[in-house]
Amino acid sequence: MTFNVVVDVAWKEEILDPAGQSTAKVLQQMGYAADNLRIGKQIRFQLQAPDVAQAETAAREMAQRLLANPVMETYAVRVVAE
Amino acid sequence: MRVGVISFPGSNCDQDTLSALEALGVDAVPLWYGEKSLAGVDRLVLPGGFSYGDYLRSGALAARAPVMETVERAIRDEAMPVLGICNGFQILCERGLLPGALRPNASGEFLCTWETVRVASVPLGFEGLAAGDLLRMPIAHHEGAFSVEPGGLAPLFQNGQVFLQYSDTVGQVHALSNPNGSVANIAGVSQGSVTGLMPHPERAMADYLGSVDGRKLLRGWLGEGDR
Repeated sequence: MTFNVVVDVAWKEEILDPAGQSTAKVLQQMGYAADNLRIGKQIRFQLQAPDVAQAETAAREMAQRLLANPVMETYAVRVVAE
Repeated sequence: MRVGVISFPGSNCDQDTLSALEALGVDAVPLWYGEKSLAGVDRLVLPGGFSYGDYLRSGALAARAPVMETVERAIRDEAMPVLGICNGFQILCERGLLPGALRPNASGEFLCTWETVRVASVPLGFEGLAAGDLLRMPIAHHEGAFSVEPGGLAPLFQNGQVFLQYSDTVGQVHALSNPNGSVANIAGVSQGSVTGLMPHPERAMADYLGSVDGRKLLRGWLGEGDR
């Protein structure tokens, strides 16, 4: 079966995000009341697996081993059958 | 002594590092990231640069390159001395061979400056360096702010794993001498035979470059002391 996988990677709360801060500042300069802006990454790919449980296990392992750095990032994994 | 310098796609300090090692009388051997053999070298340097274009995270993709399996085994089985400079430091952290991670500089800017670093603890195998020594070397990075997980800082100091800290020119370590927002001003750490640092010793090899302290550091790592 083919599954669509979406991995959202975000900085941990205690990790400073200068790019996010700068972006928030510019939005404020443009007149928007944006605050606490954090920039993350979304990684999307397709995965072959026998069932959804195995697809989720594999995707979570990929996030833990490469797609996110658990020292400074968190991740959320979504798996949907195509 | 044979020292291998591993080039990844996007490494750009590899030739400087080879030249620096040759200037110290070392048989310096270029190695390629796709190789699985280390060509009989005694030591390894992971040089600076932008391996894989810093895609995903600095050092993340290089840390999973074929040669790193061999590097990890050489460290585990033979306690091979490995030095990671800048991107090489990031790669070693990403591989889990050094503690912590390098996040973007607090300023959000790429920093290319001369810094003074103070030796906090001398890593295993180094000669001719002592705690309190000051070294003047350049940094050039965007992701150079050393960070650890909550609770991870005290053990680094207790275990003597903090190698270098950014300081002022008289060796005081404080917020104003911290260029990039590293936790506790940390510029370099070690774990067993593995050492990593953000400053570039290979760019501080002669007076005409601005400093000879890179010689002292590399000689120290080679176990020769400063001559």
